Amino acid sequence: MKFLISLHINPAVLDALTDEEKAGLGEGHGRFIQSLKDSGELILTQALVDPSQAAVVRVRNSQPVVTDGPFLEAKEYLGGFYLVDVEDKARAVELASQIPDASIDGLGVEVRQVMFSDGQLEA
Amino acid sequence: MTAPAIEDLLRELTPQVLGALVRRYGRFEGCEDAVQEAVLAAAVQWPAQGLPDNPRGWLTTVASRRLIDQVRSDSARREREEQVWASEVVPDEVPDTDDTLVLLFLCCHPTLTAASQTALTLRAVGGLTTAEIARAFLVPEATLAARISRAKQRVRAAGSRFELPAGPEREERLQVVLHVLYLIFNEGYTASSGTDLDRVDLATEAIRLTRMVHAQLPDDGEVTGLLALMLLTHSRREARTTAGGDLVPLAEQDRTRWDAELIAEGLELAKSSLGGTELGTYQLQAAIAATHAVATDPADTDWRQIHALYLVLERIAPNPMVTLNRAVALAEIEGPEAGLAVLATLDADERMARHHRLLSVRAHLLEMAGDTDGAYENFRSAAKATASIAEQRYLGARARKLRG
Repeated sequence: MKFLISLHINPAVLDALTDEEKAGLGEGHGRFIQSLKDSGELILTQALVDPSQAAVVRVRNSQPVVTDGPFLEAKEYLGGFYLVDVEDKARAVELASQIPDASIDGLGVEVRQVMFSDGQLEA
Repeated sequence: MTAPAIEDLLRELTPQVLGALVRRYGRFEGCEDAVQEAVLAAAVQWPAQGLPDNPRGWLTTVASRRLIDQVRSDSARREREEQVWASEVVPDEVPDTDDTLVLLFLCCHPTLTAASQTALTLRAVGGLTTAEIARAFLVPEATLAARISRAKQRVRAAGSRFELPAGPEREERLQVVLHVLYLIFNEGYTASSGTDLDRVDLATEAIRLTRMVHAQLPDDGEVTGLLALMLLTHSRREARTTAGGDLVPLAEQDRTRWDAELIAEGLELAKSSLGGTELGTYQLQAAIAATHAVATDPADTDWRQIHALYLVLERIAPNPMVTLNRAVALAEIEGPEAGLAVLATLDADERMARHHRLLSVRAHLLEMAGDTDGAYENFRSAAKATASIAEQRYLGARARKLRG
């Protein structure tokens, strides 16, 4: 079963981390990625730029209107995701608990099953 | 010989050659890689140069050479090697034993997850390439390659020997093998109807592998039952979706589109599977599928027999999904209230209460009972709870129909 583990980050929480904590977070993700690769459960992982760099696109009267900034003004934004192929939801939850973000207050780790896939899997 | 025919032959020979090699040299991991390489070489050479006189011997020879090269280059491991690799003499004649079963037991080792058992089985016994299996499961090739190599390491670490387990362990392992074959079949059966010609048809592959096991164990009721269940289920394939990919429920399927040949074979097998003293879950499910298959009109369905079979199934392998299906059968005999009363017994189960199958069956029975509002709510909830797009569309349509 494919699951998307999405990482909801709070820029303020990340900014408040010490350099060691930030480095630890990065290393934790590195270890997590390697273990997923070894077990044959990783499909893809990607991280996104800061939400301040987002643009929202609307089409009105057939004309696109582009607004800088994120679609939702919130404390937390989608910072990245892991797309995994695992045995069942319990395993996806177990993996999510190994992500360093899950141990930090104010950062969210969400697990949802994928119901449709298409495209090139050899990323 | 045409390329597809050669491909079929190669996939048939793969487990035989691999079995012969493992029997001779041990080291399942290395043998498995070597056989894959030999098969790839054959797939390139045979269509161009013609079939060798002894295809199996050819593959065994090439795979043995690859294996010896592998061991030579692996000097660190060579020191631990108990075997003497002095001779390069490769047997032209391989012993004529069929090790398909032994291989299957190895691939379905209990230390592996079902996903790994499935992948390893398809590669080592099914003779599929990693790329083909990856495409079938819609995952990247690197993901699947890692899974297979991890699985082979695990099997080695478990110190498993290349022989059939004895006594009760053998029975347990056979159950695992059958479960893995059933999973492969289901994966193919429920695969979203992507008409990707590149994708291996896992349902057909599962049937092919189950036929292999059945050839080895023709008197095993559960093996026979599983093969019957697959054939009977597969016979409805053409009728269970519309051209647009929408699901067609059993009661509404055009039964003239069921595959009569598969049904005939499935019925024969289902009947012969019931010869023994013990009844297993696959035999019972095959008997239920057979009961549906003989009804040329849905109105002729023998629901009493189906209900009785589900009762037995519930007793020998209690499972909420079985209870769900029994509720449907009971509703057909005694009316929707009786079915709903059975469903009520499942509500206490946390996992079941929100399960889309419980919600959709309840919706169906409420609709039968004339409770349009209740049916509508449950269809909507079921549509939200499912992870299948086809099912979501179907449940959404059922809900909309109630709102006219």
